Amino acid sequence: MEFKPKRPQKDLKYDELRIYSDAELHNYTDEELKNLKLKHDIPKLDELEKGPWPSFVADAKQEALHRKKLPDDRVMIPKDVVDDMLGQLELSFDDGETHWKHGGIVGVFGYGGGVIGRYSDVPEKFPSVAQFHTLRVNQPASKFYKTDFLRALADLWEYRGSGMFNMHGSTGDIILLGTSTEQLEPIFYDLTHELDQDLGGSGSNLRTPSCCIGKARCEFACIDTQDLCYEMTTHYQDELHRPAFPYKFKIKIDGCPNGCVASIARSDMSLIGTWRDDIRIDQEAVRAYMAGDIQPNAGAHSGREWGKFDIQKEVIDLCPTGCMAMEDGRLKINNSECNRCMHCINVMPRALRPGVDTGVSVLFGAKAPILEGAQMAVLTVPFMKVEPPYDNLKELIEKIWDWWMEEGKNRERLGELIQRKGLPKFLEVIGVPAAPQMVRHPRTNPYIFWKEEDVPGGWKRDIKDYRQRHKR
Amino acid sequence: MALSQGRLGKYNPEKPTENRITDIGPRHFWSNFPPVIQQNYGKWAYHDILEPGILVHVSETGDKVFTVRCGGSRLMSAENIREICDIADKYCDGYVRFTTRNNIEFMVTSYEKVQELKKDLLSRKYISGSYKFPIGGTGAGVTNIVHTQGYIHCHTPATDASSMVKAVMDELMDYFTGMTLPAHVRISMACCLNMCGAVHCSDIALLGIHRKPPIVDDNIDSICEIPLAIAACPVGAISPAKTEDGRKSVKIKEERCMFCGNCYTMCPALPLADKEGDGVTILAGGKISNRISEPKFSKVVVPWLPNNFPRFPEVVDAVKKIIEAYASDARKYERIGDWAERIGWEKFFEKCDLPFTEHLIDDYRLAYDTYRTSTQFKFTGKAWEVSRAAGGIDD
Repeated sequence: MEFKPKRPQKDLKYDELRIYSDAELHNYTDEELKNLKLKHDIPKLDELEKGPWPSFVADAKQEALHRKKLPDDRVMIPKDVVDDMLGQLELSFDDGETHWKHGGIVGVFGYGGGVIGRYSDVPEKFPSVAQFHTLRVNQPASKFYKTDFLRALADLWEYRGSGMFNMHGSTGDIILLGTSTEQLEPIFYDLTHELDQDLGGSGSNLRTPSCCIGKARCEFACIDTQDLCYEMTTHYQDELHRPAFPYKFKIKIDGCPNGCVASIARSDMSLIGTWRDDIRIDQEAVRAYMAGDIQPNAGAHSGREWGKFDIQKEVIDLCPTGCMAMEDGRLKINNSECNRCMHCINVMPRALRPGVDTGVSVLFGAKAPILEGAQMAVLTVPFMKVEPPYDNLKELIEKIWDWWMEEGKNRERLGELIQRKGLPKFLEVIGVPAAPQMVRHPRTNPYIFWKEEDVPGGWKRDIKDYRQRHKR
Repeated sequence: MALSQGRLGKYNPEKPTENRITDIGPRHFWSNFPPVIQQNYGKWAYHDILEPGILVHVSETGDKVFTVRCGGSRLMSAENIREICDIADKYCDGYVRFTTRNNIEFMVTSYEKVQELKKDLLSRKYISGSYKFPIGGTGAGVTNIVHTQGYIHCHTPATDASSMVKAVMDELMDYFTGMTLPAHVRISMACCLNMCGAVHCSDIALLGIHRKPPIVDDNIDSICEIPLAIAACPVGAISPAKTEDGRKSVKIKEERCMFCGNCYTMCPALPLADKEGDGVTILAGGKISNRISEPKFSKVVVPWLPNNFPRFPEVVDAVKKIIEAYASDARKYERIGDWAERIGWEKFFEKCDLPFTEHLIDDYRLAYDTYRTSTQFKFTGKAWEVSRAAGGIDD
């Protein structure tokens, strides 16, 4: 099978795009790096070069030296931007406070988001980070790259920005960290014209959707996470680039309930792959696990002696619904009682596989604490088939956006609106009946709302009628 | 086709909307997949973790792809990315990917290539000694720490991100390169309680917090939408006020403020960062997956530790205490939250040797649901302290 982009996509060749020559790219020696003297003393940061974990300080120093050795006209923002970035960080350690000014509104024409403006509050000390804006670049689904693209992006960003990245931002974007206002449009021009690549989202809009690795390299994936992610991103480009919402809105797509992109905690709309038929069992492989021929959990615990694999103890007894048993040497699963938690499949991936009648569970409303407290997403649609062009999902999301855009208060996340209006109201909006799957348990208080039309006789009553039966 | 050069490149500021391309979205994923991934898309049969950091996925067709996972510092330079590209060109036909926890994955199709790649990756070190591409982050260990901007780029942090992550990962390196824990331990870090990322749902979470109310700048009326600042407060501590010279301002009920900083997010005239006040809270017991137990929020287990730059020794020490107690006590497959709930949080505090203070008792809105409304508890030293204070026992 093959997936195709919605419109023809440029094939990128680094050699045709590049800015720097090989000589310019390899313009320093280890000896020079060892003897590098930065613009500022950074004794605390120097400490962070020690230890085994990759040191961002050591890395940034490479970039600082590389820039320093480029000719003046080969970078469009100051050559010593990384020096000043580190210098200001060191000052922040000394002061125990950040040195970035509040906020900053910058961007590119046509869009209302994608760029996070940032200004130093000590620009006289660190003039090269006086403007230090971030661009969010929409990552390809699951973050697979060709080196041609990464090399070209590295050249572009080193030429017009600091050369410092976050790979990646928590929402998924490639983060280009630090440039001047003047360079934003030229960067955007080359991103779109040469790299065939758009910005991601920021502000009160649809943020950049993201997904797990899915069927590209996982046998658990129940859905085409990348295709779904690409479709939602490209279909809703307007909502992503031009803030029109009460607040931010995130979509994340997990291929199964293991949640490798954490959609249930980190997205307003969480799509989690699942199945509704039976777990596929290979009894031969089950016996191989029991015989010790295959390591449980694909060997995830092999660094410690946990004893011989015991299917009763490690799988059957840990099943949260108790729906598994060994009968006559065969593993039995009562699938109608299974809640698809993935444990047995995770422990015995060669013997057990998700079913083949797959779709997604749709959950809504996850968010971090501000304002009303952290929320995980609430199960709303237990099962939905998801096939291109995903019209059922689009109808669902648009119903929700219509409601939230109308009813949501300023800076009110969807999850908070659901809390304020109640889950029953939300179900009415999306047009689905209430189901016990939506609650952990039914309500404990009896403060129940009824609609007037559901109560015989309605609510209009005359006290005189009442008094005819009941004297004051 | 070439990237433009010169100050503004091909962009013409005189005609900003001319030749503007918009709404093209990300590059398509399919052409970024290595051939073995394209050919076996949706056909994967099973996987194995051959050793820490090295996975093999086997297709129904018999094809195999080997993945070598390396730690990444997330904040990385063009120089670093170029080195990743050099490696990907040399061993992986020019393909590479990043994980949802910001590790780097190189994929090859033969075990011999894995060995060469592994040797090469581990030989690459920064001039000052740290690994550029440590191999690990698989199975029941500690993988990369999802983290935020800190003092590198953000205006609302109460601590720094990159430095804390480096300090903690240096100490936990054996868990990154080993698979010796009862289950995987996800550590995450956020520099303020906006919690960009995964702090509210991680096994161990490090969070920057403030402990002093904001300072009201007297120009607030000219730079803030005052009603937004008032509405930004989760506890209603902000109300409108007038300055002595009659300008609009706000007053903050200090005893009601819990220093969340959301009013500063909305209003630049209400800064609250403070060297002595700011520090680190530690949370534990959260999870995302639905495996065995439901997803859980992380719970606050250490109310405050100092911002001791650059290596945060107190934070590192507390994280190690939690991981070591968990490693020695939890059962196979138990996440930290599963373990804590099974043994009871009173035992968690005892086994991790962490003090319990009133700061850990919830007092926000739905707090009641977190109190213990049963007689089911275990005796620990803390229980005897209460008994002594209440006059219940003499010893």
